[in-house]
Amino acid sequence: MTLQRTSAEAALAADYAARRPVLFGATKMRDDAMARFLEAGLPNRRVEEWHYTDLRARMNEAAPLRSADAAAIGAARERLTSLELGEAIVVVMLDGEFNLGLSSIGARPQGVEIGSLATALLDPANADLIAPPGLGEADSIVSLNAAFVQGGAFIRIPANMRVERPIALVNLLSGGPRHAAYTRSFIELGVGASATVWEISENSGGETQANDALVIKLGDLAECDHIAQVHHRGEKSIAVHTLLATMGRSARFDSFALVKDTGFVRRQMFARLEREESHIGLRGLSLLRGEEHADTTLVIDHAAGHCESREFYRTILDGSATGVFQGKVCVRQGAQKTDGGMKSQALMLSDDATMYNKPELEIFADDVVCGHGATVGQLDDNQIFYLQSRGLSRAEAQSMLLQAFAQEALDHIADETLRERFASEAHAWLSMRSKA
Amino acid sequence: MAAVQETVDRVKAIDVDAYKYGFVTDIESELAPKGLNEDIVRFISARKNEPEWLTQWRLDAYRRWLTMREPTWARVHYKPIDFQDLHYYAAPKSTPGPKSLDEVDPELLRTYEKLGIPLREQELLAGVQTSKVAVDAVFDSVSVATTFKAELAKAGVIFCPISEAVHSHPELVQKYLGSVVPVTDNFYATLNSAVFSDGSFVYIPPGVRCPMELSTYFRINEKKTGQFERTLIIADKGSYVSYLEGCTAPQRDENQLHAAVVELIALDDAEIKYSTVQNWYPGDAEGRGGIYNFVTKRGDCRGPRSKISWTQVETGSAITWKYPSCILRGDESRGEFYSIAISNGYQQVDSGTKMIHLGKNTTSRIISKGISAGRSNNTYRGQVSAHRKASGARNFTNCDSLLIGHDCGAHTVPYIESKNATAVFEHEATTSKISEDQLFYCMQRGLSAEEATALIVNGFVRDVLQQLPMEFAVEAQKLISISLEGSVG
Repeated sequence: MTLQRTSAEAALAADYAARRPVLFGATKMRDDAMARFLEAGLPNRRVEEWHYTDLRARMNEAAPLRSADAAAIGAARERLTSLELGEAIVVVMLDGEFNLGLSSIGARPQGVEIGSLATALLDPANADLIAPPGLGEADSIVSLNAAFVQGGAFIRIPANMRVERPIALVNLLSGGPRHAAYTRSFIELGVGASATVWEISENSGGETQANDALVIKLGDLAECDHIAQVHHRGEKSIAVHTLLATMGRSARFDSFALVKDTGFVRRQMFARLEREESHIGLRGLSLLRGEEHADTTLVIDHAAGHCESREFYRTILDGSATGVFQGKVCVRQGAQKTDGGMKSQALMLSDDATMYNKPELEIFADDVVCGHGATVGQLDDNQIFYLQSRGLSRAEAQSMLLQAFAQEALDHIADETLRERFASEAHAWLSMRSKA
Repeated sequence: MAAVQETVDRVKAIDVDAYKYGFVTDIESELAPKGLNEDIVRFISARKNEPEWLTQWRLDAYRRWLTMREPTWARVHYKPIDFQDLHYYAAPKSTPGPKSLDEVDPELLRTYEKLGIPLREQELLAGVQTSKVAVDAVFDSVSVATTFKAELAKAGVIFCPISEAVHSHPELVQKYLGSVVPVTDNFYATLNSAVFSDGSFVYIPPGVRCPMELSTYFRINEKKTGQFERTLIIADKGSYVSYLEGCTAPQRDENQLHAAVVELIALDDAEIKYSTVQNWYPGDAEGRGGIYNFVTKRGDCRGPRSKISWTQVETGSAITWKYPSCILRGDESRGEFYSIAISNGYQQVDSGTKMIHLGKNTTSRIISKGISAGRSNNTYRGQVSAHRKASGARNFTNCDSLLIGHDCGAHTVPYIESKNATAVFEHEATTSKISEDQLFYCMQRGLSAEEATALIVNGFVRDVLQQLPMEFAVEAQKLISISLEGSVG
């Protein structure tokens, strides 16, 4: 079924044709991806996976790409200071491009390779690494990212190296006129390596269109904690985040995402458990208000047996916000002894809010234990009454219960410093609400 | 696990290769020419001597259908259906009046006998009044036997073929037909609207509790006939009715299309309980043949405090595409869905429900048990949604799947959509094989592995079996034991 191209799709096609000669490397990957994108068009209601997040309707026009100017770099530098990234190894992408000047990678342990994606792709063998076959290929927004990618980080951690400091991947979009940015970063953890990846993605308001992808390749026994925070302000902003992860034997990947103060975001994660005994844990907290729209979509592919997956998401919705949770756990034939558990819980604070939950199971192996739970509701009157009977005002009681609801999600962050940092951000958001 | 393997073998032997109900009754049928066009629609309408408004209604549906596309979103795969290669009307030639048994073709009675349909005619003749079940049996597309009519009439209950109701109660039919499943609803419902042959019509007057369970037996008989049943049940204010539907079909080489539409309407304080046992021919050992079951079933809880409850035991059909739904329009109305779906061989099931909460304080409950074996795929697909004004809506959903064998699949696709802060929705789903712990526990208490397996499978579907009316529970249990408890007998 081919629908007529929207003006945004037509603009993207024209833009790609014009830009193609100057885009760095991996031309074949880009051309193939663009062909896939043009075939499918922008994701819309008719695409099952995007049913609740109609990007075609949202994206009336495709914003142009832009290279950061001196003013933007200055602003970014200030922002980086205020982010207080502490002792982290910082890799910065500004307006889609890798920026070595803003990054501080001096503290990286010896042997850890951190560089620009553009440089890495001079070696054509690396092109396959940044687009793992069969992972998210059917998603047209991932294809669009592969076609347009401007820059990103290319990080390799050698076998058995434990990187103690967090590696912060900071994606910044400068303010000013409407513009788009496409980044794709790659992190490989060798056998037995471990690292904490802290991903920050934010704009400075306005009508930005961000399309970021992070590809993580975990070798056997590798361990990775991934923390993501997304702030894309602006009623007309669009942010799409894709995580593509492949995992080796006995690897561990735990991810947590905090979404707040974001106009319109889709976070999608495609993970493939390729060898036995690996563990994946995906968790998150979304705090939504106003007209905000946040979509979390997961596809966990259990390609090997004896693996474990855990998903735990909480959403608080106020105003006329829309929350979407779609989680799909696929267990392939032969992936016996899979243990999968998924939970999505949402609290609705307003009658104008909307929550869509779609936890999905697709199972082709018989010796598995898989389950999911999903709840939508409001604060329990009995709990509020209990707290009131202990002397709290109704507002205080509500606030306390909301804090607890959020905290239970935040407790999954392993890194104590980051956990406290996220908790205080969530706390600030909630207290702002109760004041209002 | 030995016991499970044995079960699978037994099921293969029983359910797939030697389909118990695979026989063809040799009765002459009157067939409409193959294919579908406006003339066929007019022909069907003319055969039924339908009033002009209904002919037009069918034609509108047909024209609409021409503009529609076959849905492809369900997790089922089959060769494209050639809608021009089907007969859209078949009527048994000897259509006796439904007055007495003697008038019924003996061949037909023998068919029923083989099916084990509890016609209960003998009982009635002998004066046995207990456990009465009125049967409006649909043999292919035309109702040929209607019993207990007089007794129902005494209570004011109308239970007759819909083709008859069009003449005897046109005002009711015209008012309610297509009011729950609109003509434009979906591809198969629209097709049904254009060519529906016959089906049951039930009207329960205000305040009446239907004195007996109403039941209909569907049977696909003539080769290459599509069945397009249309059922319309209206429970007026404060009334209650329990309706039973059961199906078996003869063995066939070619796929048969079945696209029924069932509409339920519950007015204020009324309650409708609709139960189905479906055991159509599922195809042979290689997955050839078998029924395509594309059904649209929907109930409308139109009045306050009304209640609609769907219970289904699905064991047959090559492909099942079925979502009995409830529109909870009236305040404090309630919808229920209880389902056991068993798939084996190459069967494909994509079934579930929709609970659409529109009114205040509406409640719904979904219990779905899927069991997949052989090379089958079994999908639960369900939607629960609360609209802005559905304050206090409440839903509980539980869907569990059990896998037996390495080549089958079990899938769960729930859609939970809430637009009201006071709505409380809970959903839980599990997929597993029979738990080793449970088996161990049972065996520790002295049961053999086989007995333990049977006990656990029994327990697995029990929540749903309990919802079936007595008359059906026995039949359903028999079916399940054929399908999966063969190892224990």
